[in-house]
Amino acid sequence: MSTDSSVAEERSVGIPGRLANWNVAIIAVTVVVLIVAAATVQNFATSQNFGFLVLDLLPIALVALPMTLVIVTGEIDLSVASTLGLSSAVMGYLWNANQPIETIIPLCLLLGALLGAVNGFFVTVLGLPSLAVTIGTLALYRGLAFVVLGDGAVADFPAVYTDWVTGTIAGTSIPNVLIIIVVLAAVFGVILHATPIGRAVFAVGASDQAARFAGVRPGRLKFWLYVVSGLVAGLAGVLWTLRYSSARADNGAGLELAVVAAVLLGGVSIFGGKGALPGVIAGVVLLASLQNALRLSDVSNEALNVVTGVLLIVSVLAPNLANAVRSSVQRRRHRSDPLQGHRPERAQP
Amino acid sequence: MTFRLSRRLAVPLSAVAALSLALTACGGTTKEDTANQNTAAPTNSGSAAADPNAPLKEGLKIAYLPKQLNNPYTDVEVGGGKVAVGEIKGEYKLVGPNDASASSQVSYINTLIQQQQDVIVVAANDPNAVCPSLNQARKADIKVVTFDSDAAKTCRDAFINQATTQGIGESLVKMASDLAGGSGEIAVLSATPNATNQNSWIEVMKTELAKPENAKLKLVKIAYGNDDDQKSFTEAQGLLQSFPNLKVIVSPTTVGIAAASRYVSASSYKGKVAITGLGLPNQMRKYVKDGTVKKFALWNPADIGYLAAYAGAALKSGQITGAQGEKFKAGKLGEYTVGADGEIVLGPPTEFTATNIDQFDF
Repeated sequence: MSTDSSVAEERSVGIPGRLANWNVAIIAVTVVVLIVAAATVQNFATSQNFGFLVLDLLPIALVALPMTLVIVTGEIDLSVASTLGLSSAVMGYLWNANQPIETIIPLCLLLGALLGAVNGFFVTVLGLPSLAVTIGTLALYRGLAFVVLGDGAVADFPAVYTDWVTGTIAGTSIPNVLIIIVVLAAVFGVILHATPIGRAVFAVGASDQAARFAGVRPGRLKFWLYVVSGLVAGLAGVLWTLRYSSARADNGAGLELAVVAAVLLGGVSIFGGKGALPGVIAGVVLLASLQNALRLSDVSNEALNVVTGVLLIVSVLAPNLANAVRSSVQRRRHRSDPLQGHRPERAQP
Repeated sequence: MTFRLSRRLAVPLSAVAALSLALTACGGTTKEDTANQNTAAPTNSGSAAADPNAPLKEGLKIAYLPKQLNNPYTDVEVGGGKVAVGEIKGEYKLVGPNDASASSQVSYINTLIQQQQDVIVVAANDPNAVCPSLNQARKADIKVVTFDSDAAKTCRDAFINQATTQGIGESLVKMASDLAGGSGEIAVLSATPNATNQNSWIEVMKTELAKPENAKLKLVKIAYGNDDDQKSFTEAQGLLQSFPNLKVIVSPTTVGIAAASRYVSASSYKGKVAITGLGLPNQMRKYVKDGTVKKFALWNPADIGYLAAYAGAALKSGQITGAQGEKFKAGKLGEYTVGADGEIVLGPPTEFTATNIDQFDF
């Protein structure tokens, strides 16, 4: 990781400084990939393919938003895909029980929030490590999904709803679900980057202790982040079910890894304290459009996985390399800085 | 750390509850409502008239999307498809996920739509989840043929059915009768007592055995090996001990037939009691070679992929539309007729004997 002085430097530079580094790089890479794909891959730049692309990245994009906040606080939530699956299974179960869909959808969102609250309880009240807790609930929630729905699938959801999810805004080729992504991304972006809550998220991620001294209650903050994470995963479960017109217990299996990959690729530090939402959005778009373009070029699934893996390693490696370079530059500069030693020490988490 | 969740949660909770109740009271959309609306699902078949004399188009792009790649059985199926696509001078393509999930298949269908394929041959991982995409493909004038595992009827043009229940039941009785020399005691070694497929085949067997030509064949017992190798092995042993005059054991499950053959090949019953049923050539090869098993049957997976290519090409060329009664030619397999609901039945299962078993590798 970086030295104290470089972190302090970055802190003082704030959001514009962070955006200037990895975020700009990842957004630039994404734009380049999109342009190259549009120019070289046949049928990539069509309105229909745009619709497919948006639908493919929908669940990852949604779940990545709260995941960004959770990871910035230094925690993680690996149970999101299982929460999605359980939400989908319960949706199917209630639909089979002849409940109206207008009741089922809010109930599934509520269920997601409750499942998130369970994670939050274990992590913040009992103080257990979030990695262990959410690996546990990953298995638990998926297991419950199979208890609820078994191996079966429920399919006959009302066409009004399924058509809306797969459809486009009337008269345009903009998918309806893009509205959900844009609105939620804006909400999470504003919360993270322009409100006291966002500042508290960064503070807790940088140092739990220091944040506490500054009047932030890290436990409470994290608890609510887990609730929101579960809520959004519940929503993703509902949308997944409607998109595929199929409620199944195994829906979204393995999605948590794609989400974490996109968030890390977006420049969020797995150690917490650093990250920005525009980069995460770019990460999601980059992964999804690369997959889409490679598939259109008949690249095999195995090669797709290799590309994703390499990208992830690069995303973790590159910022660290950049940091190392920057801090060595700063060291050289600070040799002639008499105030260097008098800067306040940051408490280590 | 303390939480005062009660009050904070109370507001959103009650809001959600109130909203739900309000909506319920207004009468929301339930499964029953939808069932009433969805009964009249539109079908594409019949929209254009079939021209049985239309020439088979060349250069058709035919893409296979199995349940998942790298499965030996699937490899044989799509291998047959590749041969057929070569025969009709088309472009063969094989794509598919590494996991048997419905969602990853949808991404592949979308890709195939973008690539403007002419025919998609798909084994659906989830009959409904692939439906919206398949219908999008059909809107783009791509013909959709399903195999192995059908998609919902409203979203494909034809389904290649590997074998009918009737065909398998008849074939099992015919093999048993041949092996018993037309008369004597036979027994069935099935999977589990509630296995749907096996039970429906056994039902057909019973009706067949009731016919006058099979009057001398007597079904003495149906044993259940639960598709467990060890249990099937002991059940086979038990059958032979309880019925000393038993001539044939019919096992309509790959696990059962292999276990029964293993027992008989190493016992004094070898050569006296015949084993037959549904089995995999690779599993059964040694028992056929050592004389324990004279014949057994299964559909030929390569023929499924082969027939699917010809059906897809016939659809795309306008020879058929998927409506009942239409006829088309499928290369070496001969002429086929489309059945009800666009089903095309491959035909009676292939019989494997010592003379032909080495031609099959699956």
